[in-house]
Amino acid sequence: MEVILLKALYALLMIGAVMGLAAYSVLGERKISAWIQGRIGPNRTSFPLIAKIPLIGPALRYLGIWQPLADGLKFLFKEDPIPGHVKGIYYMMAPVLVLVPALSTMVVVPFGEYFDSAGKAYPLILADIDLGLWFIFSLASLGVYGIVLAGWAANSKYPFIGGIRSCAQLISYELVMGLSVLPIIVWVNAPGVSAGLSLVSIVNTQGGAWFIMTQPLSALLFLIALFAETNRLPFDMPESETELVGGFHTEYGSFKFGFFFLAEYAHMVIGSAIFSLLFLGGWHFLPWIASPWPASIFGTICSVLWFLGKIVFLMFFFIWIRWTLPRFRYDQVMQLAWGKLLPIALINLVFYTILVAFIS
Amino acid sequence: MATKVLERKPLTWAEKTYLPQIVHGLKITWKAMFKKPITLQYPEEKPELPMGYRGIPTLVKDPNGREKCVSCQLCEFICPPKAIRITPGEIPADASTAHVEKAPKAFEINMLRCIYCGLCQEVCPEEAIFLQNAFSLSGYSRQELVFQKDKLYELGGTLPDTHHKWDKKKAAAAHPHHH
Repeated sequence: MEVILLKALYALLMIGAVMGLAAYSVLGERKISAWIQGRIGPNRTSFPLIAKIPLIGPALRYLGIWQPLADGLKFLFKEDPIPGHVKGIYYMMAPVLVLVPALSTMVVVPFGEYFDSAGKAYPLILADIDLGLWFIFSLASLGVYGIVLAGWAANSKYPFIGGIRSCAQLISYELVMGLSVLPIIVWVNAPGVSAGLSLVSIVNTQGGAWFIMTQPLSALLFLIALFAETNRLPFDMPESETELVGGFHTEYGSFKFGFFFLAEYAHMVIGSAIFSLLFLGGWHFLPWIASPWPASIFGTICSVLWFLGKIVFLMFFFIWIRWTLPRFRYDQVMQLAWGKLLPIALINLVFYTILVAFIS
Repeated sequence: MATKVLERKPLTWAEKTYLPQIVHGLKITWKAMFKKPITLQYPEEKPELPMGYRGIPTLVKDPNGREKCVSCQLCEFICPPKAIRITPGEIPADASTAHVEKAPKAFEINMLRCIYCGLCQEVCPEEAIFLQNAFSLSGYSRQELVFQKDKLYELGGTLPDTHHKWDKKKAAAAHPHHH
């Protein structure tokens, strides 16, 4: 009973954290883009009572802390027009189909560690299943159905092109993504060790060197594929607002559009979490340095915060890249995936497989 | 003219991966992040307007606070979009400015028609109409945007002018000087 309550509490916390991160990454995106472009960014929203507090109120207003709240309310209260030419039920279904896989992947993502009375560490995770990584990949790839369905159900040309593009792009890059992670699985499951595909065991292997040091090429490939999978620039083919109006969500408005928006950023949060679990040592402090926090509740909070810090850094990196690189042309995206990344990923896999066999 | 032929070197292996270029780009955007914003917080901060800026046309008073316009209607006639309409009126004979003879009874500028060309300012022999610095203009009705005389004077205020043309005329009339 106690376990169930704990899990329920943890699930609520997790949803809060991921949704909060997603909402505030929208603010982060707007603020960072503003700074890079020599602007100030959102600095007008304020909250009735808190705005009156001297110093803190204006500071929060200047940082745009209340902007996500205002944005969310705007999405909620806007009129929700449904164009006459859409395919009804599928049109309604698509945003849900995009958001659900994006959020359900967090079930197998560990967010830190907690300690029992004996000082033994357990991962903070909702479901530590053996096939953690597999589960994430299979669920995340379901997200593309939502996008394709949105493009098709909108029944107009630009969303349709967006849907087709996202279909082709996501399938190509999923291949690269899967192949770039395989060397890690091979490494973790070296002969004589059976750790499975659990993300927890992958993190536990990184007590010493992080995988970004031992397998930099895998990390690079995974990062590129992650950018493509989350539809972030320079791979935002499905959206490409300058050529496809808004891509697959052109015909959506109000809260349905909000769903797509939220899903994109939830994807980013989960993607950053997975990258830091796979390559940045999860909640481990620094390579080869044992975590300085004590084996207590305080230590748990420290490990979670450290992990969240890594996620936030990666989110910042996502946004930073977005305002640095221009969008690829569609054929370049495909050429990059099939012509360059896929062979490199294969060679990488073979190299590390031989290396692991040689070492052990 | 001598032309200089630049040697176009083939890309190195590192350059072909694009990664050094991406890192360089990231450096540039990183630096840009810490530069001072170049934007203005508009309603609170106003841009610095250059000399000779042509804002809303306004009527101005002379340093004595008297109406300068003598309703000669030159501005009305030159106005390309026909935005100005003047109804001339006489100055009562017992007024201190009676020697000016005429003043506008009504002076309307239709700001929905005005094109801010400044021809009225240029043509005015009395220097009574000026395009000043106010530029943000809005209203709830068309009627509201047809500026009347009192509104135009309120916008214009008094501009310094050292001619004192009508004072001199009055003095000349009081002390006729014969050659």
